[in-house]
Amino acid sequence: MRTINVSVNGTKHSHEVEPRMLLIHYLREVIGLTGTHMGCETSLCGACTIEVNGKAVKSCTMFAVQADGAEILTIEGLAAPDGTLHPIQDAFWTEHALQCGFCTPGMIMITKQILERNPNPTEHEIREGLDGNLCRCTGYQHIVNAVRTASLHRDALASLPKAGA
Amino acid sequence: MSTTVTKLEKLVGKRIKRKEDPRLITGTATYVEDVKLPDMYHAAILRSPHGAANIKSIDISKAQALPGVVAVYTGADILGVGSVVCAADLPGLRRPVHHILAQDRTYFVGHAVAVVVAKDRYIAADGVDLIEVDWEPTQAVTDPEKALAAGAPAVHPEWPDNTAFVHNQEGGDMAQAFADAEVVVRQRIVSQRLIPNAMETRGVVADWKQADKSMTIWTSTQIPHLARSILAGQLGLDENRVRLIAPEVGGGFGSKLNVYPEEALMGFVSMKLHKPVKWIESRRENFQTTIHGRGHVDYLEIAAMRDGTILGLKLKLIQDLGSYLQLLTPAIPTLSVLMMPGLYKFRNISAQVIGVFTNAVPTDAYRGAGRPEATHGIERMVDMLAAELGMDPVEIRLKNFAGKDDFPFLTAAGLTYDSGDYAATLDKALEMIDYKGLRAQQAQARAEGRLMGIGISTYGELCGFGPSPATPAGGWESATVKVEPSGKVTVMTGCSPHGQGQETAFAQIAADELGVPMDDVIVLHGDTSIVQYGIGTFGSRNTAVGGAALHYALQDIRDKAKRFGAKMLGVEDGDVVLADGHCTASNGTSVTFQQIAAAAYRGIVIPTGSEPGLVATRFWEPSNFAYPYGAHIIVSEVDAETGQIEIKRYLAVDDIGNIINPLLVDGQLHGGVAQGLGQALWEHGIYDDNGQLVSGTFMDYAMPRARMMPWVESAHTVTPSPVNPLGAKGVGEAGTIGSTPAMVNSVVDALAPLGVRHIDMPMTAGKIWKLIQDSSIQEKKA
Repeated sequence: MRTINVSVNGTKHSHEVEPRMLLIHYLREVIGLTGTHMGCETSLCGACTIEVNGKAVKSCTMFAVQADGAEILTIEGLAAPDGTLHPIQDAFWTEHALQCGFCTPGMIMITKQILERNPNPTEHEIREGLDGNLCRCTGYQHIVNAVRTASLHRDALASLPKAGA
Repeated sequence: MSTTVTKLEKLVGKRIKRKEDPRLITGTATYVEDVKLPDMYHAAILRSPHGAANIKSIDISKAQALPGVVAVYTGADILGVGSVVCAADLPGLRRPVHHILAQDRTYFVGHAVAVVVAKDRYIAADGVDLIEVDWEPTQAVTDPEKALAAGAPAVHPEWPDNTAFVHNQEGGDMAQAFADAEVVVRQRIVSQRLIPNAMETRGVVADWKQADKSMTIWTSTQIPHLARSILAGQLGLDENRVRLIAPEVGGGFGSKLNVYPEEALMGFVSMKLHKPVKWIESRRENFQTTIHGRGHVDYLEIAAMRDGTILGLKLKLIQDLGSYLQLLTPAIPTLSVLMMPGLYKFRNISAQVIGVFTNAVPTDAYRGAGRPEATHGIERMVDMLAAELGMDPVEIRLKNFAGKDDFPFLTAAGLTYDSGDYAATLDKALEMIDYKGLRAQQAQARAEGRLMGIGISTYGELCGFGPSPATPAGGWESATVKVEPSGKVTVMTGCSPHGQGQETAFAQIAADELGVPMDDVIVLHGDTSIVQYGIGTFGSRNTAVGGAALHYALQDIRDKAKRFGAKMLGVEDGDVVLADGHCTASNGTSVTFQQIAAAAYRGIVIPTGSEPGLVATRFWEPSNFAYPYGAHIIVSEVDAETGQIEIKRYLAVDDIGNIINPLLVDGQLHGGVAQGLGQALWEHGIYDDNGQLVSGTFMDYAMPRARMMPWVESAHTVTPSPVNPLGAKGVGEAGTIGSTPAMVNSVVDALAPLGVRHIDMPMTAGKIWKLIQDSSIQEKKA
């Protein structure tokens, strides 16, 4: 067993974990944040996408011990404490960018990364940015619309705290 | 009594964002894997690595000895549990007994052999690795045509011909049609195995309470009530003591329209150990053990006159069933036969379906379920006939469509199509895409040596499943409307939506009928202890059947509310109208719907012959299916150097009857198109000759990704269905059915100058490149 210290959505945690425990299982089963979903266990579907130290990471192929000392942001940490949605969440809602919702936390987290790297992406750039995330319901068109809609809220996005800030 | 009534805006027909979404976009929804019970054990399953093998012995002692492992069960332990149920029937159907764990033999890669129960999922997986099986692999057969050949290995030794059933259907006089025909076109067309891949894999939590003899099962399913009935039977429990909960379900597409071995297996484990137990399917298991779709080899012959008049269609359909029959496995290809005539008025069909056992996971309903295969067949054959006759694909379709005055239209396959104007929908699509202009562009492109194609498909489908006599286990649907004393409204639907958005669409319908704010309505589903018996979600039936049941329950509520309103206003029943949330008498006095609800529960003023409370339940049986249709057009260009296909334009004009929420309709259509294009271009569930699933990961099975999808332009014509009071037809499968033939027709059209007349799916770049190479070699030889 190894002790790890992490900050998840601004809250500090310290736990003893098995070295083989996956980060997603640590988040879901030890911390109790079940918004991050396991879709393929092989980093090919992106349902488990979170942010580690400000970078998008597929939490199904990272060990919890590798996150020792990290600042982690998950889907549960995006909305404001009073429940006000993050502009990306709001864009996904407005544009009907989800159906069954299983891929959605990962899609929203990768959208945050896409827009942080490129605040005004073209449709082609959005589709390239979504390449690591699978959705079986939407055919992606409404997700592309949501990313574009979210990009129109650049001021609001820029003023939001990032993981670790 | 209030006298000012404000007219309320109607919500049905509006693009309204979903009520479901806040929990889903904040990560607070509860899927099966999120269910966590005190003292819960975790299960992992040992599966066969062989396509076909005998189990000579199993040694579980090392697994049992592993600290943290609670129990290990094998096939010998589960004989008291009922086998997996197939609800479909056909004359002479051979039904292999499908135990929830394999006995002395396994029939496909992934076949469940043993279950390890442990204190956590990691230890359970370790335990699986410690089980030692002495395997004796035997010869597998995975290609259905090879399985039919003499001397093929027998999947089930008791049936050496590997034939589960032969189903024939004749309509009209096919022999005469062929005798009269001036031209006959023949083609073998494959609809390859597909793997549904809902993003949430399957999962089960079972919790047995010995004291009450009660079982609660959380499972990711599209059919909670049917699953409860079946599981109660398998486990020998009273149906009313089994509570089945389909919590948030992360996609299904037919793959969760089933009851799988693991559901009863977890129930068995929980009953043995008196503890809750959870099993979550891995993606690898999902590829190997959740049903696959399609799996057809079709031999088609179309008979016609030289003027393009189609006389008849003949089909020999070889259906790859896999090794077992899941819930509806043998019924799926019979739906293909029903849809063979497409939108066309020819009178003669002849079909033979041969259901073939193979050493593969069973096929069953996958989005479209038999209808995409049929539509692909007829729409390809019509295009090939047009090419043979030198006709335009539009002209031949217009010549053979059932006319708008022909409805109700009895097809050669014996269905009665409800309503439609096929030519109008095609015309709209042609105008939107400027078909004539496109053909001129194509001539120009060809002159420049570019391979540009225009593909049309005019699809029809049968939806709104369905009349009960035509639907295994019933085709009706139920709804309860419960108005609380405060006037808040709870709708309980027997459907089990899992992404389609009925929490929103049904709230729109209820809000309109009762004149209450949409926020005052909640829609519950998927819990057999809360919701009255229902059938579930499949076959584009939620709105067309479940919505109709809701409509009638709402009428009952309206009738009762009016009687209470009239009594409260001191007027006759017939003297009031209920509109805009008020019950208003002809003298202008009115009470609000909320006041009526309060009075109905207060019980002081009760109309004669009525009773307190404001709740209504209706079960609605449809008299027919509903028949959506449409025209999809794809403009493509093929890169002759690489074989890459580029989709230049995708236009879908669909007629799905009346639309409750266009935003949801767009979403359904886009998703359907993605799955259809996935089949046409990339996806293929491939078993090798040894029975190994070689496309068993997301590295090997090409799911459509965002950069692979074209922009989909969408429009509608609206021909209401007369079958249900909403006039809705269903949209869940339209995109999947319309897209594949449009895509193949487009690429075949692009390659027509090279002499290509048919391409089987998936049309991967490698396949297209080889076709181009082979054609140019032949050209050089000539």
